[in-house]
Amino acid sequence: MSSRLAAITFNTFREAVRDRVLYNLIIFVLLLVASAPLFGQISIGLEKLILVNVGLTSISIFGIIIAIFIGIGLVSKEIEKKTLYTILSRPVRRWEFITGKYLGLVLTLVVNAVFMTIGFFVALFIATRTFTRDDAGLLLAIYFIILQFFIVTAITLLFSSFSSPIFSAVFAFALFVIGTFAEDLRNFAALAQGVTKWLATGAAWLVPNFSALNVISQVAHGDPIRPQLVLFNTVYALLYSVAAMAVAVLIFERRNLK
Amino acid sequence: MQTPALEILGLAKSYAVGFLRKTLKPALQPLHLAVEEGETFGFLGPNGAGKTTTLKLLMGIVFPTSGAARILGHDFHDPDIKKQIGFLPEQPYFYDYLSAPELLDYYAQLCGVSSDARRKKIPELLERVGLGDVGKTQLRKFSKGMLQRVGIAQAIIHDPKIVFLDEPMSGLDPLGRREIRELLQELKQQGKTVFFSTHILSDAEALCDRVAVIHKGELRGIGVVEDLRSKTNARTEVVWQGSGALVSIAHLVTETHATGEIIRAVASAQDLDMILEKLRQQRAQLISVTPVHGTLEDYFLTHTSEPETVKA
Repeated sequence: MSSRLAAITFNTFREAVRDRVLYNLIIFVLLLVASAPLFGQISIGLEKLILVNVGLTSISIFGIIIAIFIGIGLVSKEIEKKTLYTILSRPVRRWEFITGKYLGLVLTLVVNAVFMTIGFFVALFIATRTFTRDDAGLLLAIYFIILQFFIVTAITLLFSSFSSPIFSAVFAFALFVIGTFAEDLRNFAALAQGVTKWLATGAAWLVPNFSALNVISQVAHGDPIRPQLVLFNTVYALLYSVAAMAVAVLIFERRNLK
Repeated sequence: MQTPALEILGLAKSYAVGFLRKTLKPALQPLHLAVEEGETFGFLGPNGAGKTTTLKLLMGIVFPTSGAARILGHDFHDPDIKKQIGFLPEQPYFYDYLSAPELLDYYAQLCGVSSDARRKKIPELLERVGLGDVGKTQLRKFSKGMLQRVGIAQAIIHDPKIVFLDEPMSGLDPLGRREIRELLQELKQQGKTVFFSTHILSDAEALCDRVAVIHKGELRGIGVVEDLRSKTNARTEVVWQGSGALVSIAHLVTETHATGEIIRAVASAQDLDMILEKLRQQRAQLISVTPVHGTLEDYFLTHTSEPETVKA
């Protein structure tokens, strides 16, 4: 990693860490996770199931919200406040700037996820007083959630490379929601006929497949995760992120930063 | 022959305006100029003249519609030449969650300055710009003058050969302006090429070896400050006693000021003989005749003012 890329990555991470909004979100998630045992008391015998569902969904949703809401400002804020002018007047390539911003936000999300995971496991231990071998599956579910962050950050940056922050947020969130139902879209494409089939198939392959990355329900029930799925999801998330970032770089390389 | 520090070769920029029927609006007409190494060059023009557009083009922030530029003999888009460039944008805003040493460390890293050199240089430079005592205070707590000094520091942290400054004195109080002026003089003494845009003419007059005047995206004049001043119309100040004489020469003078019977007026040097003749005829008592030197402001106003148009 070049020193310029490392410097931009670290500065993006530092900005997010010093942003108080981020702390509020983390505190909120920790409170939610900590209060999860209360849900268990309501549903006797289902503490763990409810705790895993609420905890992992919170880690996922709040991570996605942070990815989108920080992601949309990563480039536009630098243009609006003209800080980008002093960056691009240095020997910094535009691709380095965009990639550094991406890696900085991904690093922030991973660190957040690590803290939330610690909070989640503490809450789990309080509720169940024990850890089982099946709980390793929970870590895999969190790994898949982090892979979702990779993709969401990349598509948010892609949209923000040519669009306003509000539109970027709307597009990225819409794509996340559609991607969550990617399997349903594929099933629909398989059943459809004619032009609808072509369009649905195209859309199904284009939108990120977040449903494959969501195994919360499986791990909550203690079902095992196949190693092939881990490999497939890892390669898929990396390729999708690289492709989205490549398009973002192509657009940003040609953009006049008025 | 020495390679110029900066050569602008017909750089031009137009922006598309309009929603449905887009038309091209020129922000900068093809610009040609050269700045020699070690020169302090003033880029003058009123607001909206095209100064910032020129600097944005040179820094690679926007792309030119046509033309090119060379900095220290290299294409201006060559990323490696940017190690030799320092830039301070107009009304700069920096990452306000950083302290001044953190900001300088970040920018120095982007220019490839080693960590040992950064550790040594940052406190020295902060001391030099008068910010030696700011410690870890975040930039959000800095005054405008302090931010401008941090801005100059970030522009020279990597010891560049050529420094571009966009309106470095804008919005500063007289003390802040003097401090920045002293910093620019220091840069000149170190042999750096300084290219700065301004609409504050006294700063340009005090600091620049040469200036260029730009208006409505078009170069209106370029040269040594002294030469440009001499190109302004020669004028003369005439002082006499006897207010009755003023009526007969009122059409020949531009500025008049009366203190009792003592009249002071400014006129074109070519009308001086006629004015003196009229004063003799009116039996006015001549007190003094003094040539008035042209100023850079006179030159600037001549080359940037448009004839008044009456709107229907």
